Amino acid sequence: MPETTSRRGLLFGAAAAVTTGGLLTACTSNEPKDAKPAANDKPAADDKPGKHVTIGFAGPQADHGWLNAINDNATERAKKYSDVTLEATEGSNDTAAQIGQVETLINKKVDVLVILPADGKALTQVGLKAMRAGIPVVNLDRIFNTPQAYRCWIGGDNYGMGLSAGNYIGEQLKDKKNAKVVELAGLDNLELTKQRTQGFDDALKNFPNIKKVARQAAEFTVESGQAKMSQLLQAQKNFDAVWNHDDDQGVGALRAIKQAGRDDFLMVGGAGALSAMQAIEAGNSVLKATVLYPPTMAASAIDLARALGQNKGVSGMAEFEIPAHVTLFSAVVDKDNVAQYMPTGFK
Amino acid sequence: MTQPASPARPATSKTTPAGPRPKGFRPDMRTLSLVGVLAALILIGGITQPDSFLDTNNVQLILTQASVIGVVTVGMTFVIISGGIDLSVGAIVALASVWATTVATQDYGFAGILFTAVVVGVACGLVNGLLIAYGGMVPFIATLAMLASGRGLALQITDGKTQTVSVESVLKLGERDAYILGIPPLVLVFAAVTVVGWLVLNRTTFGRRSVAVGGNAEAARLAGIDVRRQRLYLYLLSGLCCGIAAFLLIVLAGSGQNTNGNLYELDAIAAAIIGGTLLTGGRGTITGSVLGVLIFTTITNIFALNNLQSDVQEIAKGAIIVAAVLVQRRTSTTTS
Repeated sequence: MPETTSRRGLLFGAAAAVTTGGLLTACTSNEPKDAKPAANDKPAADDKPGKHVTIGFAGPQADHGWLNAINDNATERAKKYSDVTLEATEGSNDTAAQIGQVETLINKKVDVLVILPADGKALTQVGLKAMRAGIPVVNLDRIFNTPQAYRCWIGGDNYGMGLSAGNYIGEQLKDKKNAKVVELAGLDNLELTKQRTQGFDDALKNFPNIKKVARQAAEFTVESGQAKMSQLLQAQKNFDAVWNHDDDQGVGALRAIKQAGRDDFLMVGGAGALSAMQAIEAGNSVLKATVLYPPTMAASAIDLARALGQNKGVSGMAEFEIPAHVTLFSAVVDKDNVAQYMPTGFK
Repeated sequence: MTQPASPARPATSKTTPAGPRPKGFRPDMRTLSLVGVLAALILIGGITQPDSFLDTNNVQLILTQASVIGVVTVGMTFVIISGGIDLSVGAIVALASVWATTVATQDYGFAGILFTAVVVGVACGLVNGLLIAYGGMVPFIATLAMLASGRGLALQITDGKTQTVSVESVLKLGERDAYILGIPPLVLVFAAVTVVGWLVLNRTTFGRRSVAVGGNAEAARLAGIDVRRQRLYLYLLSGLCCGIAAFLLIVLAGSGQNTNGNLYELDAIAAAIIGGTLLTGGRGTITGSVLGVLIFTTITNIFALNNLQSDVQEIAKGAIIVAAVLVQRRTSTTTS
């Protein structure tokens, strides 16, 4: 597995490489084993202090490991710039409350807005309002209904996550006849869960020897992960691999697997939690890999917002402007490259 | 008045429309019909998945999964019988579990975790009870406030992070080695709470008073019951059950998370009502509530074994609640 980041590392600021580089590889190949640049502390865009920029950040309520990491990444990155002031609102899962918060930021006349909406569709109007008020919006992850509501979208690739997981599991099981896999999905009422499942199913089509025999949805919580996984284990007396959409619920799933005394299959997780990476490195459980959905995108969103505020492009790219869309790559982290990704693991 | 005359002393006031049920272990038609439903489900499970449904592992699994919510439901049953409601049970479980696991990260061991979980549960119950009994707040509002602030506090404590437990003695309780004669310790706790709950409701003054307060609080007061203190004790009891449930959940999931106990309030209320507890108070049984919990858990299990998705499961759950309440209306002798 190539671990080099040099090519893109030269071209881009490193964090931009995570995002834009990921986009390029995602476009050219569906192979999960493509080059994966490491996230690090070096900000993207231009590092030299420029015009002062006030960035308004409206994030979701951090009631989950990944969302918490999103907020941390944004605030930490903003602190690194002497020319950036971050106006962060209290995180909220309430659409009406979040609309109010964004409107307050508009009234404060911040220079740029970074919004991770609790519900992308519901927040579209307020995104439009900001754009019309002349405040460019960086839409983080959960996408607005119309491109008019944002200047730039940056987020993860849920379909790609499923694809990477499916391809990785496929590679591991390609020599096994009549291999069986099961899926422990996330919250079924989220569209992203369906996209992850679709990507997974599409990847499995590349491996006719593998059949998905069961799928149960959990709720992204440890408790639900434990409950649903113990039932999957009871329902399926033998299978070869399980893909779990989320590392947080994976803590519960791993517990259920231990309680059932099973170790006859491999598990692939999702999102990239620190505990998952530690388990992969230790190699003493069924968890052999996790597919990234990196919260570093929040730090990159701050980079992009700063560049927007200072009318800069992304350093290393020929364009004068930052891109309109940046999709992160869903890299697979396994024992071979876990050391490289460990610093991005979130608690 | 069609309600059977009550043998209980303080509740025999003439104005009591719903006296306590006759004591003693005499299953009524409602309990029998619940047993029938459970038997039918077991039959369905056995037919659809003969290999995986009826084996020992699965019985252990169903009972284990029923334990946490089961303990909560026993406390909830008391509260509903007294004419109250506790919407905060899920939040209390969350708060108790994150507080106990915060302690766990500081290495206080088994006793520290258990003690903290129970104390936090009782403390939350105390606040609920004081607000309702002495603050004159409607239970719905007081416990709704506890739901909101309890979840908020749990989130603040964890900062959205999952707090895993590494205390081996706690974790081991959830694993196969700890089973006693094939019974998981969690299930034993659930059984103990059920038996104690049944005895308290049917064999003690406290139980009779709970029913009396739910039947007619004014009559209970005239009969010499300190209604306020009784209400305080009932919410304390519910909080205590939540604390115990939080500990069981920590054992089961090996962690505390602010999302723990999600929607327990609805599950516990649903199980109690299916079990024949009147939402208006004055009547209810522990046996019925526990059967309600087992019915829900068994349904979830059968759905999962047959690889049906959660949406179908939720729809079925809703249909069962409606059916149970409709049946209850038909058989109910109390009009309110």
